[in-house]
Amino acid sequence: MIMFQKILKSVREYKKMSFLTPLTVGVEVILEVFIPFLMTIMIDQGIHTSNLQVIFLVGGILVVFALLSLLSGWLSSRYAAIASSGFAKNLRHDLYYKIQDYSFANIEKFSSSSLVTRLTTDVDNIQMAYQMVIRIAVRAPMMLLFSLFMVWTINIHLFFIFLLIVPILGYLLFWISNHAHPLFESVFRTYDRLNNKVQENVRGIRVVKSYVQEETEIEKFETVSTKIHDDFETAERLVVLNNPLMRLCVYSSIICISWFGAHYVLEGTLTTGQLTAVVTYAAQILNSLMMLSRVYVMCMIAIPSVERVVEVLEEVPDIQSETNGISQVEDGSITFHDVSFSYTKQPDKLVLKDVDLAIAPGEVIGVIGGIGSSKSTLVNLIPRLYDVTSGYIEVGGIDVRKYDLATLRDAVAVVLQKNVLFSGTIAENLRWGNAKATKEDLDRVCKIACCEEFISQFPNGYDTYIDQGGTNVSGGQKQRLCIARALLKNPKILILDDSTSAVDTKTDAMIQSAFQKELPDVTKIIIAQRISSVEDCDRVIVLDGGRVDAFDTPANLLQQNKIYQEVYYSQRKEEKHE
Amino acid sequence: MSKKKVNMHLMKRLFQYMFQHFKWELFVIGIAILISSFCHVSGQLFLQKLIDDYITPLIGVENPSYDGIARAISFMILIYATGVFCTFLYSRIVVTVSQGVLQLIRNDMFTHMEELPISYFDSHSHGDIMSYYINDTDTLREMISMSIPNCLSNLAIILSVFLSMLTLNIYLTLVIIGSAIIMVVVARYIGSKSSKYFRAKQKSVATVNGYIEEMIDGQKVIKVFTHEEAAKTDFDRLNEELFENTKNAHIYANMIMPIMGNIGYLVYVIIAICGSLIAIKTNLLTVGAIASFLLLTRSFTMNVNQLSQQYNSIALASAGADRIFRFIDEQKELDGGTVHLVHVDKSVDGALTESRTYTGTWAWKKEDGTLVELKGDIQLRDVDFSYVPNKKVLEDISLYAKPGEKIAFVGATGAGKTTIANLINRFYDIEDGTILYDGIDIKTICKKDLRKSLGMVLQDVQLFTGTIMENLRYGRSNATDEECIEAAKLANAHSFIEKLPNGYDTVITDNGSNLSQGQRQLLSIARCAVSNPPVMILDEATSSIDTRTEKDVQDGMDKLMEGRTVFVIAHRLSTIQNAKAIMVLEKGHIIERGNHEQLLAQKGKYYQLATGIFELE
Repeated sequence: MIMFQKILKSVREYKKMSFLTPLTVGVEVILEVFIPFLMTIMIDQGIHTSNLQVIFLVGGILVVFALLSLLSGWLSSRYAAIASSGFAKNLRHDLYYKIQDYSFANIEKFSSSSLVTRLTTDVDNIQMAYQMVIRIAVRAPMMLLFSLFMVWTINIHLFFIFLLIVPILGYLLFWISNHAHPLFESVFRTYDRLNNKVQENVRGIRVVKSYVQEETEIEKFETVSTKIHDDFETAERLVVLNNPLMRLCVYSSIICISWFGAHYVLEGTLTTGQLTAVVTYAAQILNSLMMLSRVYVMCMIAIPSVERVVEVLEEVPDIQSETNGISQVEDGSITFHDVSFSYTKQPDKLVLKDVDLAIAPGEVIGVIGGIGSSKSTLVNLIPRLYDVTSGYIEVGGIDVRKYDLATLRDAVAVVLQKNVLFSGTIAENLRWGNAKATKEDLDRVCKIACCEEFISQFPNGYDTYIDQGGTNVSGGQKQRLCIARALLKNPKILILDDSTSAVDTKTDAMIQSAFQKELPDVTKIIIAQRISSVEDCDRVIVLDGGRVDAFDTPANLLQQNKIYQEVYYSQRKEEKHE
Repeated sequence: MSKKKVNMHLMKRLFQYMFQHFKWELFVIGIAILISSFCHVSGQLFLQKLIDDYITPLIGVENPSYDGIARAISFMILIYATGVFCTFLYSRIVVTVSQGVLQLIRNDMFTHMEELPISYFDSHSHGDIMSYYINDTDTLREMISMSIPNCLSNLAIILSVFLSMLTLNIYLTLVIIGSAIIMVVVARYIGSKSSKYFRAKQKSVATVNGYIEEMIDGQKVIKVFTHEEAAKTDFDRLNEELFENTKNAHIYANMIMPIMGNIGYLVYVIIAICGSLIAIKTNLLTVGAIASFLLLTRSFTMNVNQLSQQYNSIALASAGADRIFRFIDEQKELDGGTVHLVHVDKSVDGALTESRTYTGTWAWKKEDGTLVELKGDIQLRDVDFSYVPNKKVLEDISLYAKPGEKIAFVGATGAGKTTIANLINRFYDIEDGTILYDGIDIKTICKKDLRKSLGMVLQDVQLFTGTIMENLRYGRSNATDEECIEAAKLANAHSFIEKLPNGYDTVITDNGSNLSQGQRQLLSIARCAVSNPPVMILDEATSSIDTRTEKDVQDGMDKLMEGRTVFVIAHRLSTIQNAKAIMVLEKGHIIERGNHEQLLAQKGKYYQLATGIFELE
């Protein structure tokens, strides 16, 4: 219940519409229930007695009722549509805004793809369920009750037939829904496997073809496909029982009504017109049961969606900007004081242990280390992408947690290892770094990051459109654009997390030297695999298993540090050859 | 009017598809629907008949006999039972047919997809291809399992109701036809409005989902650039647009029911009035007949109503079917190759005889039966290539690799290094020139056999869902566990695999997202080692391997390369110094060639690259 209250907060300005919907639905139902009643009168008192006056009178009322019912139907359709899509809009808005406040840790907890599903599919399910609830879940029970009431007023004995059939049909319909639902869920899980298989093959088509595995892949696909077929068939076979079941119940009630009705007519307690009306009500009653079972299924689908959405809404962003934080970063000095860090905040699962470092403004620092030595983690702590578990980090002499977050992150530019360009022109992408950057600013950073050459080769220059995920530029070009984007921030500290791995050596060297010339005051931290990228640094941090193994000049490291030597000699073979 | 029309030609093709595989089922479905519709209509007329013929005559009779009524009802029970049975029957068989057709189509699509050329995947978005399997087959399923049977049943009911009406009164029937036309027009109008907005909605959904995906994928970048506010503003705009379109689409979709239902009531009133007038003025109609006619009217309007609603879902499915069939009709990868790869026994004097079983020696078998031993001698002669006409990516490329030699390609991004690799295994076909494999033009070699003889380690590592062992065995399904472990050791993947929770049985999901880039690359090298091809193409395979382990990897790779012809495409010059020949590529041309020492001595481009920073400053 609390869960529903939580998401219903997002209804907001659509509350009015949400209340008007059931109201208009109610009017519609009442009118619709009266219509068969009026038809009875028309048949009994108009047509049977050939009384044109009654026919015109009742016909007139019927027309008015039909028009009113049409009007309320029209209104309720409108209200329901506005209320439900408005609710969905607000929910998406709330989720999206919430996610914008997430820290790296929050995002990782959910994973991007799951966040996307929650914002799209789950919100859609909730929207559908919401519309059904405010419309059908009002309509069906009202219809059921009013129709039953009408039967009761017409003939209490015939009413008892429904008292028997309604629970039976209701039970069976819900039984089917309850049993079919888990079957469908398992079908959808298998569907995920099928989609995964297709996706793997689309993405990995080169691997499939070069290993000539087409036949095996087809076989694997067909296994999954057959499983879907079998499961889906089982589930659907169960669900389609609804059809004959409904007919069976409608027909049985008609038979019962006819048999007992005939008696009552002959006994004089029922008119033939009323008999017809009861049969019409029978159809309405049983149909509303069917609708109720559909609402039930929709709700079953929506409840897990609601749970997932609420999880996102309830997540507490674990990094928040200090209120009235310091809005000026003095210089690019960085100090680590006894810093330890664990992604899970467990002291026994530390990925960084007792890190103490002092870096002066303008220094060029290299970071090397093997897989899992937490190089990225180390640098991600500086702009507070994660918060330290213990110890503290100072930038410009002040604890990073005391800064206004935007100020800190503008001063500390990180070029992430897994970097992303967004769909839009090159200029738009670059201006992420500084929305007000002029053409000259762009030229300047592109020159440093060695982008100007390839940008000028594009027919549209800075206006070249980058596709989603930056698929239309090469890996090296993408990395260089990401560097340029970060430079536009005019940062005090620039962190490159293995950001030139796809750039060729020549260009890499040019970028490095441009840094030295153009950005002498910026503290630069360079994580790299290539020794050539770090051997010109002022000092190099050698990380090993989350600890600082050494922090010294490249020359000293080459003499004293085993890890550094190992890397150096494995990559500098050519020089030994000469 | 709706732009989405039901494409009759496509429908025909779909039905042929269904007929081909489910002839009897379709036949039974058709009959069962007809019978059940007939039962339904007679069921609706039953009550009035009972009243008119059995109850009314007994009114006022002392001690009436219920025998007649009992007989009539018993007869009706029979009809109803038949109706229920037929409904049950066709509902079940429809499931068999719809799921069966769906499975066939899915399998056809996938089988076809595996045969499509690489260029198809270059030029079509992966999302589009995925949606054929997800969305389009789903609309088809809905059509086959819901729309078609419903249409049939609606049509059958409309027809039998119509015939019953005709026997009752022709004038009233004319009134009904008139109203039916109005209803269809109204339904089509609302339907087309609704589907117009649904299309707009679909488009906004795609835009918003795309935006969300992009932003959430790039969420970390947003954080780093404190770009949250801008990302919110853009989102709000798109979200508002989606809301407008969703709202309109649903308004019209919701409206159809109440509007059509109430028009039905209006028709009812018109018929009642007209009927009574006819009865009173002409005596052509009995009171009972009017009552029956009114019952039929309700049934008629309801079914016309339902039928008109099916149109949109059929139009939707027809668009889906169109995309599916177009996909299935895409030109397959052509293969005119007649030369095949066979196992051979090699006698002492070098004579080759074909063998049925694995011998470790391979040969090319030409069309005339002559055998040429597979050695791994590759020659490119004046090869030109372009992805799009007139934009040459490679020009005048000539090179040779003798068996067992290592040839390396270096050059900037976009110089054409990867392209050369893609030409040797015929992912793309060359425009001009020839490529010879052991002296045989590769155009005449069956593509699958050609690819079997070439091992590829691609830049972009793709792993498949399954255990590590299964992935290693990918290229050679009969490789033993020991062989796979041996290969993993060779590629230095063994040690990290051992450390995984389930070792070689660790399940890889989502393209190995639980492994690091370097680990995935090691697996890809080991996978290639298991398949043990005579010629290997290594495309920047070492670019993400951690520096500290790179040396070990290099040793492993060297072992792997032993005795094979190898093409290496790498950024790191350290990996290729022992290459027999190094080709320096620039803008699609080989600008320098020679071994490491020779190239260094030339002091050209290679020298600049090799010495990197120092020379360039």
